[in-house]
Amino acid sequence: MKSAAVAIVGAAETTELGKIPGMSQIQLHADAALNALQDAGLTLSDIDGVATAGESPTAVAHYLGIAPNWVDGTAVGGCSFMLHVRHATAAIEAGLCHTVLITHGESGRSNVGRAGRAAAPASLSGQFEAPYGGMGPTTSFTLPVLRFLKDTGTSIEQLASVVVSQRQWAMKNPRATLQTPITIDEVLSDRVIAYPFTKSMCCLVTDGGGALILTTAERAVDFPQKPVYLLGSGESTETPMISQMRDVTSSRAFRMSGARAFESAGITHSDVDHLMIYDAFAHLPLYGLEDLGFCTRGQAGAMIASGETSPGGSLPLNTNGGGLSYMHSGMYGMYALQESVRQVRGSAAAQIKDVNISVCHGVGGMFAASGTIVMSGSRFR
Amino acid sequence: MIDFSKVTTPTPTPETAHFFQGTAIGELRLQRCDLCHEVYFPPRPFCPACGSKAVSVFAACGQGRLLSYVINHRPHPAFEGPYAIAIVVLEEGVKMMSNIINSAQTPEALRLDMPLQVVFRTISDDIVLPYFEPVGGDS
Repeated sequence: MKSAAVAIVGAAETTELGKIPGMSQIQLHADAALNALQDAGLTLSDIDGVATAGESPTAVAHYLGIAPNWVDGTAVGGCSFMLHVRHATAAIEAGLCHTVLITHGESGRSNVGRAGRAAAPASLSGQFEAPYGGMGPTTSFTLPVLRFLKDTGTSIEQLASVVVSQRQWAMKNPRATLQTPITIDEVLSDRVIAYPFTKSMCCLVTDGGGALILTTAERAVDFPQKPVYLLGSGESTETPMISQMRDVTSSRAFRMSGARAFESAGITHSDVDHLMIYDAFAHLPLYGLEDLGFCTRGQAGAMIASGETSPGGSLPLNTNGGGLSYMHSGMYGMYALQESVRQVRGSAAAQIKDVNISVCHGVGGMFAASGTIVMSGSRFR
Repeated sequence: MIDFSKVTTPTPTPETAHFFQGTAIGELRLQRCDLCHEVYFPPRPFCPACGSKAVSVFAACGQGRLLSYVINHRPHPAFEGPYAIAIVVLEEGVKMMSNIINSAQTPEALRLDMPLQVVFRTISDDIVLPYFEPVGGDS
């Protein structure tokens, strides 16, 4: 029998999401952290481990007045928080610390107190990609998709159906940024950002934050919220350069991280009640479904277009509305984790009935890194 | 459609200097492992497949095909109008990002798997960059 050693006992987002011009980035971390502490019934002095990305763990710990025994500043992009959960679980299990705070805050829209992120001209990306006119994620993350569509036989309409499906979830979520219905035709006829991607197929740009608190499974039962146990996890990286993916139609980091997470949790695909796949752009759920093995190659488009992942479908996917409709501050992974926690607790806006196992899969950079977390309402399986 | 004087200028490092010395004389230089024969890019002084430091620089044949691309519609100071950013697979098997010049920047003109050949353009006093064009001229 497998037994979880660590659980999430506190989880919260920033009080507001969307446009928050009155808060700097570090304060977004703190706002989410204080909300998570309240959720867990803890105070700052109970925290002895800090992990974060976007800001240094030193800066976050100092700002919050925490004297940590353990820090993790792993920064591999938007899935960094999945890796923090994984590393914190190992650290708590090894006795390096007892109660870890993981924070995210990003002034993605308002840019208050946020550093830039252009590639240095002497980096490999700066030498061999930047001269060709890339405009960041909209032209790099999207670059593999024409090849994916051709090689897998996926249609552009199926790609657009990802947006439609997730909007249906967002319409059930009062905190979602976009809540109006949308059709495949409307997605495809929207303004072109980087062909074949229209604006609706690209994530939102918003402000916000989130925080998680982890501690031992033994202690977790004494907290006010239902514990969310960490059953398994995986992580990997591939390349910081989109042009250097080994196969642009499949993410090696996704495959490795996903397989390790399923194996370490001792679950199969049929055990999964709820799924989050980080969706900075509309094609990511297609890669995620295929690379995590939820369908065979070339079937993800049909799976989403058929409604299987939409409200009422057998595999609820991105139930907060995702980065496409809920919110996306830049490093969205924290919000995917928050939704998995809510679904396992039973407190989500679009709550799925009886979620025991939730899989939360993140990407970092442009297919550069990946992290996968398996959460459960049961400590033992 | 590209204002080459406004292209973002790379800064070569000791490990990549041979590449830019090559482009300056019209050569697209790759590296090959002397032990396992892996051909690789971007440059580094060891083989990423086996770790050997016995590697050689050689000139690629300059032929490739169009693997994937996007057509960016947002304004960029070095580009006029929508422009394609592409991944090219060279005949030697490695991938490179580039632009497709001497071609319309449309989905109709830019067909996946179309044959491409390297061309060189000077972007600053020190730097010449490789670009690609359709084989047989404008499509």
